[in-house]
Amino acid sequence: MKFSKLGVVAVLAVIGVYIRAIYFTPFDALQGPAQKILYVHAPSAWVGLYLAFGLVFITSVLYLWLKDPKLDRVASSSAEVGFVFTSVVLITGPLWAKPIWGAYWTWDARLTLTLFLWFIYAGYLILRGAIDDFEMRARFSAVLGILGALLVPFIHLSVYFFRTMHPMPVLLKPSAPSMPSDMVITLVSAFCALTLLYAWLLHERYLLATERDAALAGRS
Amino acid sequence: MQRSGRIAPVLRRAPGFVGSTLAIARKDTLIELRSRSVILSALSFAVLAITIFFFAWDPTAVASIDLAPGVLWVIFTFSGLLGLHRSFGVEQPTRAMDALLAAPVDREAIYLGKLIANLAFVILVQAISLPAVALLYNVPIGGYVWSLIGVVLLASVGLVAVGTLFSSMAVSTRLAELLLPLLALPFFVPVILPAAQATARLMNGRAVSEVSGYISILAAFDVVFLVVCTLLYPYTLEQ
Amino acid sequence: MTELSLQATDLVRDFGPRRAVDGVSLTLEAGDCLALFGPNGAGKTTLLRMLGGLLRPTSGSAAIEGIPLPGGAEVRARVGLVSHQTMLYDALTARENVEFSARMYGVPDVREAADEVLARLGAASFADVRVRSLSRGMQQRVSVARAIVHSPSILLADEPFTGLDAAGASALTGMLAGLRDSGATIIIVTHNLEEALALCTAAAIMREGRFVRLDRAPIPAREEYTALYRELSVDAA
Repeated sequence: MKFSKLGVVAVLAVIGVYIRAIYFTPFDALQGPAQKILYVHAPSAWVGLYLAFGLVFITSVLYLWLKDPKLDRVASSSAEVGFVFTSVVLITGPLWAKPIWGAYWTWDARLTLTLFLWFIYAGYLILRGAIDDFEMRARFSAVLGILGALLVPFIHLSVYFFRTMHPMPVLLKPSAPSMPSDMVITLVSAFCALTLLYAWLLHERYLLATERDAALAGRS
Repeated sequence: MQRSGRIAPVLRRAPGFVGSTLAIARKDTLIELRSRSVILSALSFAVLAITIFFFAWDPTAVASIDLAPGVLWVIFTFSGLLGLHRSFGVEQPTRAMDALLAAPVDREAIYLGKLIANLAFVILVQAISLPAVALLYNVPIGGYVWSLIGVVLLASVGLVAVGTLFSSMAVSTRLAELLLPLLALPFFVPVILPAAQATARLMNGRAVSEVSGYISILAAFDVVFLVVCTLLYPYTLEQ
Repeated sequence: MTELSLQATDLVRDFGPRRAVDGVSLTLEAGDCLALFGPNGAGKTTLLRMLGGLLRPTSGSAAIEGIPLPGGAEVRARVGLVSHQTMLYDALTARENVEFSARMYGVPDVREAADEVLARLGAASFADVRVRSLSRGMQQRVSVARAIVHSPSILLADEPFTGLDAAGASALTGMLAGLRDSGATIIIVTHNLEEALALCTAAAIMREGRFVRLDRAPIPAREEYTALYRELSVDAA
């Protein structure tokens, strides 16, 4: 498999960060080794929920305005990559929660938001799969992308209201207010590494989409 | 220029927005009243839900009044989905949608007309299930009834606004019956959560002021999504 | 000066990478009737949808009674659309369908307009029957009523003869001839050469998005046209 320069940098960065995280970063005093999932969980959330979905939203609006198929390809590539990262968040979340909080799932505001964003991604991808016509697929995806982004604040709000009415379970906060500088460095590096990984995967997926569309055009 | 044999004066303006919206709503409602297919399935579903929840209930653990909000919102949501699916489905068999799109009527009027028809259907189901559930689950009818109706209506507008738009999209795709609930689910949550919570609190005798937060979310959702869905609807049509 | 009823120059329509209409030019005057033949997939329906204001041309220009396309509501108000699909609501009566159409076109006296057009097309006797109970021929009659209740100056008919028996087809031909004589411009897409050639003042054959032939009255004899059409269709297959 051919690796572009970006790909090489991204993969090396990811490997580097996680070696550092596992071997060269101290354990958290309270949570022990389980806490290290943070270095996967938090950056994945940043990429999947904000970066990827934000790009989907922006390219969706632009597509409806400019009608450029390139924008649609970026949107769909970002959605696929974002979906993967969001799935990582949903898997690492419960894996982390079980030893720390004692339960796999709570209807915590952030986890719930992540879950529903995952559903929106899934709906987006299934919608695309159900339409053969290029133009309709791009249009409908853009509509869903915009609506999905507008939904996010409402999910935040309603879950927040829901949670504040119920007593919060006694829990250890996953992200401690002050972390030793070693851990901060690892965390920030993890954010950068996963962002690079996202950029590389997005680019590869975009190229694939361009090839595929061109092949379909040539065939018809 | 006079033409011979013309039937009506040659008309060169589009029909009024409100008039055409209402005409479309009326047409959809008339079709549904004639066939009654969705109303009957929605009501059958309501009866089923009421009965099953009742049989699954342990009276020693939970008061019947605590079941009522859940039953109600399950009924409202699923019967809403039934109606939504049919909303654009009725235009499919004879490609009637082509005739509608070929007319000078505003695209937004088509969306709003269908929204109104869907809302009317949903309200009809609610008007029947709400008293039924109150009766069968021993929910005391208190002074909160009007607030409750307000909450239910606010939530219904939000559900139908989003649902009508997705119905328009889903009907043109291969997996229409799967896609509508799949796409709509994440959007229904920020509506049903506050609505069900508010319903529960009102039924338990809490003051309206306690649920004002929920009511604000519902109102905000309605405003935002009514506007955005109306604006986005023309993009779901062939360009 | 007779304003051109319909004018198109180099109309092109793409669907993603696929070019459905590849440079069509056409002029028609009031009272013209164009029969449009061609193999399936030639782009005839796409062309009609563009002329009816339903689809935006990718490039090229067109004007209906001087109004440039896409034109929006102004163009759509002047056009009537008929196809092999009735576009009627089965659960409603014939009259209700036509009245609804009249409302959608902003016709002022909905009841009278519907009554008149139903009578004119010989559908008055079953006006209050639900469309679902009508025969195919009757339904097509009601469909034409729906399409012309707003007195369109252009009628676009996309394979309207499909599914009609001989009686129904000749009734439809009569209706179309009547419309043509009262000054409407008609474009009929059809595979039914006999009916169309008798009715029309111009004929065209479309293939792969282009007009490969356009004849004006007097149109060549039916046999010649049939042979030509078959040759061009076989070629395309």
